[in-house]
Amino acid sequence: MEAVELARLQFGITTIYHFLFVPLSIGLAYLIAFMQTMYVIRDDEKYKRMTKFWGKIFLLNFAVGVVTGIMQEFQFGMNWADFSRYVGAVFGGPLAVEALVSFFLESTFLGIWIFGWDRLSKKLHLACIWLVAIAATLSALWILSANAFMQEPVGYEVVNGRAEMTDFFALLGNKQLWVEFPHVIFGAFATGAFFVAGISAYKLLRKQQTEMFRASFNIAIIVALVSSLLTAFAGHDQAQHLMTSQPMKMAASEGLWHTTGESAPWTVIASIDPDNRENGFQIEVPYLLSVLSYNKLTGSVPGMLELQAQYEAEYGPGNYIPPVRTTFWSFRVMLAAGMTMILLGMIGTYKVIRGRVEGSLHYLKWMLPAISLPFIANTAGWIMTEVGRQPWVVFGLQRTEQGVSPLVSSGMVATTLIGFTVVYGLIAAAFIYLVVHTVRQGAEVETSHHHTKSGQQDRGTAAML
Amino acid sequence: MLETVWFILITVLFIGFFFLEGFDFGVGMLMPFLGKTDTDRRVVINTIGPFWDGNEVWLITAGGAMFAAFPNWYATLFSGFYMALFLMLLALIGRGVAFEFRSKLENKRWRALWDWIICIGSMLPPLLWGVALANLMRGVPIDENMNYVGSFWDLLSPYSITAGLSMVLLFLLHGALFLTLKTEDVLRERARGVAKRIGAWTSAVLMLFVVLSYFETDMFASQGINPGLIPVLAGMALLSVHFFIKAGRDGWAFIMTGATIILSTITVFMLLFPNVMISSLNPEWSLTIHNASSNAYTLKVMTIVAVTVLPFVLAYQAWTYWVFRKRVTANDHLDY
Repeated sequence: MEAVELARLQFGITTIYHFLFVPLSIGLAYLIAFMQTMYVIRDDEKYKRMTKFWGKIFLLNFAVGVVTGIMQEFQFGMNWADFSRYVGAVFGGPLAVEALVSFFLESTFLGIWIFGWDRLSKKLHLACIWLVAIAATLSALWILSANAFMQEPVGYEVVNGRAEMTDFFALLGNKQLWVEFPHVIFGAFATGAFFVAGISAYKLLRKQQTEMFRASFNIAIIVALVSSLLTAFAGHDQAQHLMTSQPMKMAASEGLWHTTGESAPWTVIASIDPDNRENGFQIEVPYLLSVLSYNKLTGSVPGMLELQAQYEAEYGPGNYIPPVRTTFWSFRVMLAAGMTMILLGMIGTYKVIRGRVEGSLHYLKWMLPAISLPFIANTAGWIMTEVGRQPWVVFGLQRTEQGVSPLVSSGMVATTLIGFTVVYGLIAAAFIYLVVHTVRQGAEVETSHHHTKSGQQDRGTAAML
Repeated sequence: MLETVWFILITVLFIGFFFLEGFDFGVGMLMPFLGKTDTDRRVVINTIGPFWDGNEVWLITAGGAMFAAFPNWYATLFSGFYMALFLMLLALIGRGVAFEFRSKLENKRWRALWDWIICIGSMLPPLLWGVALANLMRGVPIDENMNYVGSFWDLLSPYSITAGLSMVLLFLLHGALFLTLKTEDVLRERARGVAKRIGAWTSAVLMLFVVLSYFETDMFASQGINPGLIPVLAGMALLSVHFFIKAGRDGWAFIMTGATIILSTITVFMLLFPNVMISSLNPEWSLTIHNASSNAYTLKVMTIVAVTVLPFVLAYQAWTYWVFRKRVTANDHLDY
């Protein structure tokens, strides 16, 4: 493989991996902040146990998110030097601001939160976890503003062969950012919520520490339902925005080769033949694509071949059609996972209201594997949006193969690709082992509020350090 | 003008990184040696527990700032020192998760494994940063398109390895002194013993690095034999450490290693200025603050953000050290 393909593979692997941990961190941070708020308001030890139990898993997860995030920031320079030179004066800005404004806040106050249980007043300690949650969200906002620039460049001017920032607030006001950010953040809430609900369901099924896990489940399933629905609505907004900003991605995600007639049908599934640029059999729902794109029964949606001709006229000869199969199927995988999440959220919320959760053994059993659904949806969504933007790395400005480091050999990229993949794999194994261990152990039962006898130190609690 | 401001700001970010993470790298390297028992090791780790992650953000911010303010510097340095950065990333990744993972299981082997990852993961980054800084000062093969044309092995020379070793030693000393301030009794004595033993070595290796710098870089041409006030002060601060340790003034000794780190970093960046990457092939091809920088508007926006935010960062990070000012002992609540 050539260096550019290896570099893409490395970016794909490390970014997908990083983004398994990030949404869970964000989602859990808010749930934990809420639990701790309940503890501070009601002074109920149950909520403290919940905060500490979910906090342990949160910290394991956060650690992996942080260390893989360093890699994210560095690999632009390592593997994508020409991309960095070309857009650094625009794209670097949000990354630097993210570190300055959000990441300092997040890391510093997390440190205080972990070690500050006995050192700070209850309210100040509670403020720390809220700061962590808010800073993590802001972090996502800055990073997504950089990504939104790649999808829809704004606030720049090309001078001397590179993009230069001309309007910082245009970057922040990018329409793409404001359809992307809610979709990602609600998705993150859903990720945290399904995680808590799934593990709580597992513990309820085994009738362990039911009081605490019942409360956890109740909070989580409602958040899961609401945030899954909001993610879907935000996704709908994003798709409509795509119609104007990146119609090619839209067409590819629909497997739409030719511009539709006055009313566009939505393709449920299709066998796509990218070589002959046509679909074999396909199942269609009439009018639905018009409804999805424009909120009405009519409205034509442009097809890939027409867009290809248009882009050739605009950008010169070349292939502007992204990998259609990947774009098409990752979109459907995301949709299917998302719909299942909404359904499970509805059933769960109904059961909570009727007080029937613990009797629903089948439902509880399904909730453990359902933890994977938001992760699948997040991953598929990113694959769709990043692969669907190809051949561009920055839409309309720079093609992916132009962004790679010119003198970094494929052997070097292959070495780091293997190195990171192996290390990430080992970390994933250790992480899963520790999470399972923590879950099996369950919440710590504190007999006394203060931990004084040194003999007790090594007992029971899963140690932070 | 703004290019110079950003050169200074990046220097400040590196100072923050080297000063703060300097002692937590040192503590990480010393941990398996100073901690004879598991409780000892936990005490040692907990001295930096609340801080290390916040300290590391100084590096991440420095990286982000280079990207935004000097995209060409960022691109050339990161794609050029590729394998060195790869090793540093692996070290930082391993070390970061190790802090979180090690105490979660009782198993002895599990803990020993992560302890060694912490130790090595704390040693590699200063070693590699020392090598990198020496190469920044000396110059590396860079072509007319700002691309590094050497290999990983070209970065290694007696000079750059001396720089790496002096950084490792300096951070070891800095970490040992930090431990004398944060631990009690036996651990504190052990930390003091280490500081006494490596103090002289640190001075000797750093001095060797300075002498070599006269031959390897254009320091002599630009500065003459007198290197100026700042490096001399750096050297004096380092020499004073030994006396402060002997006098039992641990706090002053720590301040002096801190001063050495700060002043040495300033020295390196001052010698570099206005270059950011020197081409050993042709001085015309060097990257400077002018040809490597972003446009004026970007620099202006970034300056406003940095100047507004950095004082708050310093304030709340200082507050963290205040909250956790007490010494860590075996009687504390060590696990979280």
